[in-house]
Amino acid sequence: MKQFLSLCLLTFSLTVVSQGLPDVTIQTLKKQSIKASELTHDGPMVVSFWATWCKPCISELDAMADYHEDLVADANLRMVAISIDNARTSARVAPFVASRGWNYDVYIDANSDLRRAMGVNNVPHTFLLNAQGEIVWESNRYVPGEEEVLVEQIEALAHNEKLKLNRGKIIRGQSTQQ
Amino acid sequence: MRAAQLALIAYLLMPTLHGQGKVSVLFQSDAQWYLEDEVLDPTGEFYPDEEFLGQGHALITYKSGDFTAGFRYENYQNVMLGFPTGYRGEGIAYRYAQWQQGDWNFTVGNYYEQFGSGLIFRSYEERGLGLDNAMDGVRLIGDLGNGLQIKAVMGRQRLYFATGEGVLRGVDLGWDLTQPFPKLSDKGIYANIGASFVSKFQRGYDPILNLPNNVGAWAIRGDVSKGLWNWSSEYAYKINDPSYDNGYIYRPGQALISTLTFAKKGFGLLLSGKRIDNMSFRSDRNAQQFDLFVNFLPSNTTPHLYALPSLYPYATQINGEQGGQVEVSYQLPRGSRLGGKYGTLFVLNASIAQSIDKQALDDGSMAQAGSMGYQSDWLKAGEVPYFQDINASWSRKYSRSYKTMLTFYDLRYNKTVLIDGVGDAVILDSPNMDSVIHVQAVVWENQFRLANKQTLRSEIQLALADGYRGDMAMGLLEWTISSNWTLAAQDIYNYGHPTPSRRLHYPIVSVIHFNGPTRFQVGYGRQQQGVFCVGGVCRVVPPSNGLSISITSSL
Repeated sequence: MKQFLSLCLLTFSLTVVSQGLPDVTIQTLKKQSIKASELTHDGPMVVSFWATWCKPCISELDAMADYHEDLVADANLRMVAISIDNARTSARVAPFVASRGWNYDVYIDANSDLRRAMGVNNVPHTFLLNAQGEIVWESNRYVPGEEEVLVEQIEALAHNEKLKLNRGKIIRGQSTQQ
Repeated sequence: MRAAQLALIAYLLMPTLHGQGKVSVLFQSDAQWYLEDEVLDPTGEFYPDEEFLGQGHALITYKSGDFTAGFRYENYQNVMLGFPTGYRGEGIAYRYAQWQQGDWNFTVGNYYEQFGSGLIFRSYEERGLGLDNAMDGVRLIGDLGNGLQIKAVMGRQRLYFATGEGVLRGVDLGWDLTQPFPKLSDKGIYANIGASFVSKFQRGYDPILNLPNNVGAWAIRGDVSKGLWNWSSEYAYKINDPSYDNGYIYRPGQALISTLTFAKKGFGLLLSGKRIDNMSFRSDRNAQQFDLFVNFLPSNTTPHLYALPSLYPYATQINGEQGGQVEVSYQLPRGSRLGGKYGTLFVLNASIAQSIDKQALDDGSMAQAGSMGYQSDWLKAGEVPYFQDINASWSRKYSRSYKTMLTFYDLRYNKTVLIDGVGDAVILDSPNMDSVIHVQAVVWENQFRLANKQTLRSEIQLALADGYRGDMAMGLLEWTISSNWTLAAQDIYNYGHPTPSRRLHYPIVSVIHFNGPTRFQVGYGRQQQGVFCVGGVCRVVPPSNGLSISITSSL
């Protein structure tokens, strides 16, 4: 037991924050299989794990719908919603999403393979990734008002991304001149 | 064995020492201090031998390039009330190594997998229910090109800290037809077909019955989308599989599920139907409860989101049921006169489940061990109603500081079948013993935005039932003080219980604190006896009173 705990401590001490989405197969709403690792974006990307039977998840995605259009336009956001609905409820996902008018990229993780690979214990669980695919923020809950925290994080990330981009252009410009 | 496991873990961690690879950790721990409650549990029937019970797990995953490995340490000291008592002690119950080589993926050790919708094979976990039928063996997943994918599995299923007796072998082929026929997607058509086969091997020793050592099951499926429509179906067949579940009859099993959906912005429609006949499939024919299920038979009803309607859950009757569901949802557009600034959503859902037709065999026998069991006509409905649910909801956000939702339910709940576990044959022999409870419920939820980013959420619920639990009312207040702290208080008052001494209050107060990825929850109060479900699978929860603590974290 002591050996085991020591190994756990070693593991904790060596922990590196995971980056990007794992190479796990998920499905589109048209039942096409894709690798989650293919979900990339050249700006902030939110990946939200949810289910049609999870009340806080629905509240969160409903709340984010009020900001979504503006964030896509102003912060170059890509919003991805990963449903962990199993065979009982996965057929509900497409009509559920459509009727609520959510304009997110929705995928189904019917046997929770991606959920496990990303260390998601319970839903809702939301990740914010930067353009390099690094997880820069995450939240394992939704309480009313939490969407404002996420919006602030997205805006801050978008601002930093722009700064990085501009800095890159300036540096590249200088090097060209040299 | 343990030394070998530790050596493997140490080996896996070595590259991390040199900065290669990534490690992630997922941790959860739950505990409860139980208090004796002479009102809730007068005879002490449900009170545990120990006042304090706790359990937890940590999943540690290492990934480097195309290689992934991990293990989950679990401890039950001792297992909490309501969870399967087979969980005893502690140990590494899940470990695996997986690597990708080109288009092929190999896994050794434990893994979870599903063929199609799971009608003949699904290994999965629901930690909240204590369900885990992970495979322990090998798995191969390959991309054969042109949209054709193959999955092959072999192994035994997890049974608490051991594995079941039966050996499973299975193969699944899925074919995305848009890849060999790209003209389909040009026309907006997406189509997939698939087929799978699973074999179970378990030696049969019985002085009377000639039990099959091998049981095979196969399934075919199809899914087509065109424009806003999608149609999906799967049919499964299992050869004779005498088991504890079916009373050791030799009748083959069958299952059919079919779903049609329409999804357009602001409107959704779902129509589904299913029929299941003798499809219990376990890797040990004598297993009971939730142990060693090979397949997953989804119920055709919608999980309820609120506490009082959730006291009447439905789970598939594995020996036979038929039913259907329809759901229509419509959102009055945002900005319209009727829809308001944020839109208004209406949802209507109706579902039904009942027994299948079962008639005596030609020799007059019915469901006798060693026989074919019964005859059944697909075109006839059974006589025993199991469940019916009609619910309608209306939700509207009036402003950034107020939104509301109102939901009505009309349920017919066959307590004799769903809670007491009485079979169709017994009910048909004694029709008066069947107890179908009629429940009418209403839930009104409100959410207010307060100053300083605080919010207040309230629920008022009322459920009127003509038996079983009787009438109940519930109030809930949830106050989000900041993004890190939430306080909640609720009380269910079972004021109309048929037994006056059971007309009790069930108050619970909780504090939830978030600190980065870590979530702490402390609750105190009474939990009433009931059935707790996640994703269509349910377990019975005994009544309890006490202090509960839950910690979840990830790194």
